[in-house]
Amino acid sequence: MAAGAKKLPWWADGLLLPALNLLAAFFVSGLVILAMGENPLEVLSLLLEGAFGFEEGISYTFYYATNFIFTGLAVSLAFHAGHFNIGGEGQAMLGGLGLTFAVFMIGDVSPFLSVPLAIIGAAVFGGAWAYVPAYLQAKRGSHIVITTIMFNFIASAVLAYFLVGPLQRPGGQMPESADFPESSSLMGIHEMLAGLGINFEEGPMNISLLIALLCAVGVWFLLWRTRFGYELRVAGQNQSAARFGGISVSRMTIIAMMISGALAGMMGLNELLGDQHRLVGGFTQGYGFVGIAVAFMGRNHPIGIIIASILFGALYQGGSEVGFEISSITNDVIIMIQGLVILFAGAMPHLFKGLLARIAGKLPNRSSV
Amino acid sequence: MPKPPQPPKYAIETRDLCKRFGDVRANDHISLGIAGGTIHGIVGENGAGKSTLLKMLFGFYTPDSGDIFVCGEPVSFVSPADAMARGIGMVHQHFMLVEPFTVLENIILGAEGSHKLGDAKTAARAALLELEEKFGFDLPLDEPVENLAVGVRQRAEILKALYKGAEILILDEPTAVLTPQECDQLFDLVKLLKEQGKTILFVTHKLHEIMAVTDDVTVIRAGKRVAARKTADTSAAELAELMVGAKVVREVAREKHKEETARLVLQGVGCVNDQGRKALKNISLEVRDGEVLGIAGVAGNGQTELLEVVTGLRAVDEGSIEVSGVVVSQNDFSTDAIALRRMGLAHVAEDRLKTGVVESMPAHENIILGYQREPDFSSNGVLRLKNIAKKAADYFESQDVRPRNTNLKISSFSGGNQQKIVFAREIARDPQLMVIGQPTRGVDIGAVTKIHDQITELRNTGKALLVVSADLDELLAISDRIAVMCEGEIIGTLAVEEADEKTLGLMMAGQKPEPSFSTVGEAS
Repeated sequence: MAAGAKKLPWWADGLLLPALNLLAAFFVSGLVILAMGENPLEVLSLLLEGAFGFEEGISYTFYYATNFIFTGLAVSLAFHAGHFNIGGEGQAMLGGLGLTFAVFMIGDVSPFLSVPLAIIGAAVFGGAWAYVPAYLQAKRGSHIVITTIMFNFIASAVLAYFLVGPLQRPGGQMPESADFPESSSLMGIHEMLAGLGINFEEGPMNISLLIALLCAVGVWFLLWRTRFGYELRVAGQNQSAARFGGISVSRMTIIAMMISGALAGMMGLNELLGDQHRLVGGFTQGYGFVGIAVAFMGRNHPIGIIIASILFGALYQGGSEVGFEISSITNDVIIMIQGLVILFAGAMPHLFKGLLARIAGKLPNRSSV
Repeated sequence: MPKPPQPPKYAIETRDLCKRFGDVRANDHISLGIAGGTIHGIVGENGAGKSTLLKMLFGFYTPDSGDIFVCGEPVSFVSPADAMARGIGMVHQHFMLVEPFTVLENIILGAEGSHKLGDAKTAARAALLELEEKFGFDLPLDEPVENLAVGVRQRAEILKALYKGAEILILDEPTAVLTPQECDQLFDLVKLLKEQGKTILFVTHKLHEIMAVTDDVTVIRAGKRVAARKTADTSAAELAELMVGAKVVREVAREKHKEETARLVLQGVGCVNDQGRKALKNISLEVRDGEVLGIAGVAGNGQTELLEVVTGLRAVDEGSIEVSGVVVSQNDFSTDAIALRRMGLAHVAEDRLKTGVVESMPAHENIILGYQREPDFSSNGVLRLKNIAKKAADYFESQDVRPRNTNLKISSFSGGNQQKIVFAREIARDPQLMVIGQPTRGVDIGAVTKIHDQITELRNTGKALLVVSADLDELLAISDRIAVMCEGEIIGTLAVEEADEKTLGLMMAGQKPEPSFSTVGEAS
C-alpha cells in the first residue's frame, strides 16, 4: 500500500528543492548584509558580475568548479556505496603529494609522460589514503566517518612534514616545494581556445576541467552501466540484499572508498598542475569538505554535481570580487554566505520537502486509477 | 450538519472517509458503524486499505474528506494523542514497547504524570492491579519486556491501552505472531473485554478468526467497503469471496508422486546466530525431488538461520549440508550464494524487503539481484540493459505483475506484486531446489493462490522445495511433510495427512508428538 507522503516528481526533487534551498540561503545572507548597512541586491549583482560577467571571472569560476567536481564525485561515489567519506580533504592532500613525487621523478621530459603519471600518482595516493579507513570499516567495523576525519589531520601533518622537510624548496622558508618541471604544467583552456582561433582572456581554468568532466561521465557509467556499479549500489542500499545477491559488502566498501579517494586525490591536478605549479601547504583549502555539500546539492548524480560545482565556483569567485568592491563585505562575510549555502543545500536538503509534498498533495491529480 | 440529539448508536462511525496517496485511493468513501460493546471485525486483503482506515481512526493520518464520529460526536484527530484522549487505544501489529524497560515502565510511558518516576510508578501500580483484577490479567509488571513471550507482550500492549483509558480498542493483525494456543488466550481476553463493555475493532485477514470472535464484520476491498454482515449470518467462504471479489478455490491439485533423489540433505547441522548464541542444534533433514517439506514454528526458533545456512548466507559450525550430492557447507565453510544458484538452488528470502529486494531500486534492477553475473545480464562487466529490460517485461507478463511498469521502484508495488517479481526472478532459471521463506507474507489473497499453485506446479514437475512459513494453513495446503522447529531443533516431522493445527501448535510450543500428550501445555 502506498503509505506516507506524496512522492515528488523528479523536477521538483532535483531542481525546485535545490533552488528553494539556495533562495533560503540567499535570503538569510541578505538579512545579514542588510544588517551591515549594505544593499543585498547590489551585493548579489556584484557577485554574479564577478562570477560570470567577464572572461577572467568565468575562468576562475570554472577553475574552482573543477575542484568541486572532483571532490563532489568522490563524496557521491562513496555515498552510493553507503559510506560517508568525510576524508576528501586528506585524500586530496595525499593526492597532491603523490602527484608531486610523480612529476619530480619524471623530471622535465614531456607533458605526455609527466601528466599521465601525475594523474596516476594523485589517484593512487588518494586511493591508498582512503584504503586504510575503508579496510578498518570493512574488516574491523571502525566507523568510516570517524576514521576519515581523523585521517584528514594525519594527512595534513604528513603534508607539512614533507613541505618543511624533504620536499621543501631548497633554501626556502615557506611550506612549499620547488617549482614543478615546466613540462608538467597543464594547458590552460585559454591556450586551447587560442589554438582553435578563439580569443579568451588568460585565467587559471585549465584542461583538468575536462578531466573532471570525463571523471563525471566515468562515474555515471560505472554506477549505472556496469555490473560493478550495480553491486556497489546494492551494497550501499541494502547490505542484507547484497549478501543475498552474492555481493561482498566489505569488498564493495574497500573498492568504492579507494575510487572515492582517487577522485578526491585528483583535485590536485587542477590546483597544483593547473595553477600553482608547486606543492603548497594547505592547497586543499577545504574543497574536500565543500565536496560534501556539492554532492548533496547535486543529489549524488554526476550532472547535479557538475551544476552544483559551478554554483559553488561562482560563489567563491563572485564572493572575492564583492570583497574588492565593497570594503565592508569582507572575506568573512563571503565565507558566511558560502556556509549558509552549504547549510541549506548540503546539510538540510529536505528542509522544504514536506512543504512541497503538501502543496503537491493538494494539487489535482492528472491521472486517476 | 446539525442533528437532533439522540443516544449514539455507534461507538465509532465513519461517513464517506476518503484518503488517497498519489494515484492510489487507499480509502474511497468508507462508511461504517461499530456498535458499542461489540467485537467488530474488519477483513480485507493486504493493500485493501485496512491499515489506512485504522491509521485515520487513530489519528496517524488525516482524512482527505469524510467524517469520523466517536460516540456520536464528530472528531478530527490530528495525532494519536487526540484519539487516545477520546478513549481509542490501538495495539499495533509491531508492538510499540521499549524492550529493556519493564512492563510497568512501558505502560506508564507517555502518561508518567509526574517528573518523579517513583511516584508515577507507585500510583500506576495500584491502578494497574485493579485493571488486572477486572480483566483477568496476570502480567509480570517488573519484568523487562525483552524477557517476555510474544503473547505476553501483546497483553502488556492491551493493558497499556486500557490504562490510558481506552474504551475502544483497535487490534491490528493481533494474531500474526502468536501460536495457536496464544491465539485462543487472546480470543478469550477479547471476549472478556467485550463483556466489560469495551468495543473491539479486530482487524485481520484470517477468516476463521473473524468467524471465531466477532459479532459483526466489515469487508474492505480496494479501498471500498464492499459489505457489512452479522458474523452469525455469514460464512468464511462468503467473506473470502467478498474480499477478493471472486470465488477462491484454496484446494491445490496435487499429484501424489515423489521421486527418490534426495536433493537437499542436512546432517547434524548446528550454527550460531548473529549474537553468537546457538541457533540451530543437530538439524537433520532431507528434501527429495518432487516434494515440499514445510517448516513450521513460532518465529525466532531457528527457521531464519535454517534458511540462511541452506542458502549459503551463514556458515555451519557442525554437521554438513549437501545439495545434489555435493557438500556445500561444512566446518565454517559455505559455498557462496552465486555458486549455489549456479548449482540450481533458488532462494525466495523470508524477509522480502530486508533481504529479497532493494526497495529503492526499480523493478528491472531487482530482477537481476543474485543473477547479475549471468552472461545474459552482464558481459565484460557491463550490464546488458536491453536484455534486462526485456527479461523484466517477460517476468511481469508471465506473473501478471501490476502495474506493468518495470521502471517503478519496488517499493511502489504491493506486497503481492513484489513477491510475484521475486518468484519470477527465482524460477526463471529452472532451479532444481527452491528454498522459500514465508512465501505469502504480506501478500494478498489473489496472489496467494497463484503462489501456492506455482509451488505445487514446481513440486509436480519434480523440483524439491523447502518452505518455511508462519502460516499453518499454508503449510497444510502445500506441504508433503511438515517439520516443526522449536528452540533450534526439529521437534518432529509429520506427513501432511497426520498433521493438524492442534498437533502442530503443541509441537511448536516444544512438545514432542510422541508419546501422546494428554494435557494442553501453556504456550509461552
